[in-house]
Amino acid sequence: MWDYTDAVKDHFLKPRNVGELEGANAIGETGSLNCGDALKLYLKVNKNERILDASFMTFGCASAVASSSALTEIIKGMTLDEASKVTNDDISDYLGGLPKEKMHCSVMGQSALKKAIANFRGVQILEKPGEMVCECFDVTDLEIIDAVKANDLKTTEDVTNYLKAGGGCGKCLERIEQVIESVKAKG
Amino acid sequence: MNIIYTDNNATTKVADEVLEEMLPYFGELYGNPSSMHTFGDKVGKKLKQARQRVADFINADPDEIIFTSCGTESDNAAIFSAINAYPEKKHIITSNVEHPAINNLYKHLEKTQGYAVTYVPVDKKGRLNLALLYSSMSDNTAIASFMWANNETGVLFPIADIAKKAREKGILFHTDAVQAAGKLPIDVKANGVDMLSLSGHKIHAPKGIGVLYVKKGFKFSSFLIGGHQEKGRRGGTENTASIIGLGKACELAQKNLPVMNTRVRELRDYLQNQLLEKIPSCSVNGDLEQRLPNTVSIGFDAVEGESILLMLDREGICASSGSACTSGSLDPSHVLMAMEVPFKSAHGSIRFSLSHYNTKDEMDRIITALVPVIQKLRDMSPFWKDGRVV
Ligand SMILES: Cc1ncc(COP(=O)(O)O)c(C=O)c1O
Repeated sequence: MWDYTDAVKDHFLKPRNVGELEGANAIGETGSLNCGDALKLYLKVNKNERILDASFMTFGCASAVASSSALTEIIKGMTLDEASKVTNDDISDYLGGLPKEKMHCSVMGQSALKKAIANFRGVQILEKPGEMVCECFDVTDLEIIDAVKANDLKTTEDVTNYLKAGGGCGKCLERIEQVIESVKAKG
Repeated sequence: MNIIYTDNNATTKVADEVLEEMLPYFGELYGNPSSMHTFGDKVGKKLKQARQRVADFINADPDEIIFTSCGTESDNAAIFSAINAYPEKKHIITSNVEHPAINNLYKHLEKTQGYAVTYVPVDKKGRLNLALLYSSMSDNTAIASFMWANNETGVLFPIADIAKKAREKGILFHTDAVQAAGKLPIDVKANGVDMLSLSGHKIHAPKGIGVLYVKKGFKFSSFLIGGHQEKGRRGGTENTASIIGLGKACELAQKNLPVMNTRVRELRDYLQNQLLEKIPSCSVNGDLEQRLPNTVSIGFDAVEGESILLMLDREGICASSGSACTSGSLDPSHVLMAMEVPFKSAHGSIRFSLSHYNTKDEMDRIITALVPVIQKLRDMSPFWKDGRVV
């Protein structure tokens, strides 16, 4: 059984801000039924770009629900500029930490938030830059490089835990290994 | 809180009668069964009785019973022994839904020893493609091994038929009967199997004791090389208390078979049908007929298994899931994937596995608890709207 913190359990059993948000003017969606978790984030943002309210709908395990709940609590009242600096670690820290294998749940929160902000600002998130590495979970080499650098990831397992990349069919594991090696080589 | 234990395919409660039978052998009766004194021999005699009981349970001769440390060791010993007996044959046939105890061994053999493994696929109901199975048998096949019953879905494979075909082609046949034992009659002779694995902790004996049946005449080679124990086929001083417990458990399991196939089956069917009736958008994984009487795997659309389990856990209900999130991997179980169970229900699949200790009242409590749990999770799922999957 996972060693969830009391905060994770609490946010799972009593999630804050669940459901569609009336008057939402920004939405960010990430994940899918296929990959086992998904988050739809709703924001109500005023003309000064302040987040007045936030809510979520989540399909996934306890840590996915808890991460979503924590995210909405963290960003309520922030400006979009402030919110855009929220990272997956902030979400994980808010919950007193997540098991390493569940870090991707917090990454999902960060990713939905990015998309919601872009959605509000009318910015198209275009085709992701970089080369597709993991088809199962739609992860590019640039994303892997970023995650490896930011979190000092050392193994393909670490990458899978953070980004899910490589956790599906496993065909890209070798490619992920190469990406990690290339980051190491460049220092 | 009272625990409702419906995870008996994971492990079972040690029966009171089994515990009682074992206790003296943890205490004053600590002798070594091989010793040349009456004190040790007292244990030796009891061991002999246990071996007889296990043999009777599967219609084997006592000499054909090898005690091991677990089901996994039995599976490993069987496969290694087969490939040692036929070193020139580099092909193995199995299914794509086997337990990791054997599946990961094949992966290892493929990688390190150049074995070709045919993983015979199953259909949407978990049934084997027998035509493909039979056509893949060749002179180069060292062993065919198929589980008798699947641990996740309870689906049964036609062991007697496959064993017969294997025999006709001169191919050694092994079955992992870890889940079948105690739930169906197991007769090695009638089914014509060459080797068969059992595990104590699935039939109300303790963990850490297993059995490998090896048919007389097969040139078995030891997996654990050591002393003369088990007629030189498995070294290591016997786990006396557990073997004695397993003997008792086999006797009880035989007695309980009719209960398994009447009362327990009825409880399982009741639970299954009530859930299907009371919860929309859910479906049973696997064939409804060719299935263990105690098992039901049921997929709830648009919700995720770990979340369901943790909420059931709060009500004292123990079950398990075929979902990835509980195991650390990300894909749903390889069994559900092999059956092409759609993702929408595979991620939300829960297995209930009953024993004769379960009651109707417990089934009612599970049903009462599960209905609002699924509703609550669907209320927060982005894939559920207005009473259906979106
Ligand atoms: C089908 C099957 N085979 C083998 C095993 C392994 O048995 P053990 O836990 O005794 O090693 C199990 C149980 O987990 C099982 O369900």
